[in-house]
Amino acid sequence: MAVLNEWAFIGVFFSIAWIFPFLPIFMAHLLAPHKPNSIKQSTYECGVETVGDTWIQFKVQYYIYGLIFMVFDVEIVFLFPWALAYKQLDFFGFFAGLLFVFFLFDALVYAWRKDALEWV
Amino acid sequence: MENLCSINNLAACLVQGGMNPDLANLLTTLGGVVLVATVPLVTVIFLIWVERKVAARVQDRIGPNRVGPFGLLQSVADAVKMITKEDITPQGADKFIYNLAPIIAFASVVLIWAVVPFTPLHIGADLSIGILYFVAVASIGTVKIMIAGWSSNNKYALLGAFRTIAQLLSYEVPLVLSLLIPVMISGTMSMQEITRQQGGMWFFFMAPVAAIMFFIANLAETGRAPFDLLEAESEIIAGYNIEYSGFKWGMFMAGEFMHAFTACLLTAVVFLGGWWGPGVEQIPVLGFIYLGLKTGVVYLFALILRSTVPRVRIDQLMTLNWKWLVPISVANVIMTAFLLKLVQWLNLAPQDGTLGAALPQTIILFAGNLVLGLVLFNFIRNMGRSQRLADQAVPVLGEHEESPVHAVGD
Repeated sequence: MAVLNEWAFIGVFFSIAWIFPFLPIFMAHLLAPHKPNSIKQSTYECGVETVGDTWIQFKVQYYIYGLIFMVFDVEIVFLFPWALAYKQLDFFGFFAGLLFVFFLFDALVYAWRKDALEWV
Repeated sequence: MENLCSINNLAACLVQGGMNPDLANLLTTLGGVVLVATVPLVTVIFLIWVERKVAARVQDRIGPNRVGPFGLLQSVADAVKMITKEDITPQGADKFIYNLAPIIAFASVVLIWAVVPFTPLHIGADLSIGILYFVAVASIGTVKIMIAGWSSNNKYALLGAFRTIAQLLSYEVPLVLSLLIPVMISGTMSMQEITRQQGGMWFFFMAPVAAIMFFIANLAETGRAPFDLLEAESEIIAGYNIEYSGFKWGMFMAGEFMHAFTACLLTAVVFLGGWWGPGVEQIPVLGFIYLGLKTGVVYLFALILRSTVPRVRIDQLMTLNWKWLVPISVANVIMTAFLLKLVQWLNLAPQDGTLGAALPQTIILFAGNLVLGLVLFNFIRNMGRSQRLADQAVPVLGEHEESPVHAVGD
């Protein structure tokens, strides 16, 4: 029951947390002047009109970092239960964890050797 | 039993007064949420003042000193001004997402405070996976930057968002890896229990490398200098929030200040003993003051760092993370795992929460960290030396050209 209560707190928190930033924005919406015109609303750039579309394909480098991040993040999620139960583990658990961390490191070394970590 | 009613047993008290238990629970939870969420909201007003004052002192200025005593009300005046500013939505922006981003920006930071143990008795929600909750909620911050940059329909905003996403994703890895160490030492993921286990010795002394790693990664996660690439004024004007004005922009700024403070708070909770301090077991409310003091020290350090260190380049940023912090964190995990098993094997694991019981384990772990730190220091020194020698071997262009010109002049 106690556990459920803790999660009820989180649930209530999630459902009302957005109100705190929403209220001042809403207040500003009521109080602030609102006189839009096309020049005021044009996209901000340094002295020239914006050229071309903004929503275009972007550099592949960002995807590569994203992929490496995925490798690590997924593996770290598996490491947390291991760390949590670490004191009860025997030496088999210790070496299994080491092997897992080794594979994690292996992925990094692979990416490193493939020059995926260089910013080009 | 008249004086039973206090903040600690409000629900029981209301039920005693004849209220429906479910309603009483709901009301208590609601009250708790509002109370916990008010702390960051009030703090942020003073944080902006503290930030500006410290930055001013470092730069030999006075800082805000006109509005109220010592300029304390400056942030309030700023907020009033921001409310009256016109709210501009640029042409071509994705309106719904554009308006959603500032709300997420602030709400995601407030949500972290749900698992912060203020005192031995007072915590929003003592989740059994508090650490994982912190990691999960803190990474909502990445989403807000992505949707703000993407929906603004502005190239500067998009560039800023790309950089920031790459930065935040990357630094999440050492952040989470360094959080593994306290989990391993304490054997729990509940924030309250992690704090309680630091009664004998702070985890900072058992895992200094992890603590420093956590601090650096948090600086990058919150976009503080020297990692403030997301708002490099000289390159991309303001980055992802360039098109925002008025209070929506204010929400981004408040969220950023709040996140930086919350990161320091988490450092204090996980590594510096949280609410522990003399006399805290008799008077639990003292814990709030101790936690505030520890957070203040960490925060002051981050502020001074912010105003003294120059900004890094994006390639340096990525190199620092993937070629330094991540390998060091992985090595740190392996070393701590090995040393903890050694401690268990030698029967030196702390049996109770006193300093004497925790001392042997601390000494062993600290020695391991020290060795790791020395190896690293030596490695960096050798690298710097070979770099210096390589630089000396290649003649500098200017010197090379000077002598013939000089000869002609003679």
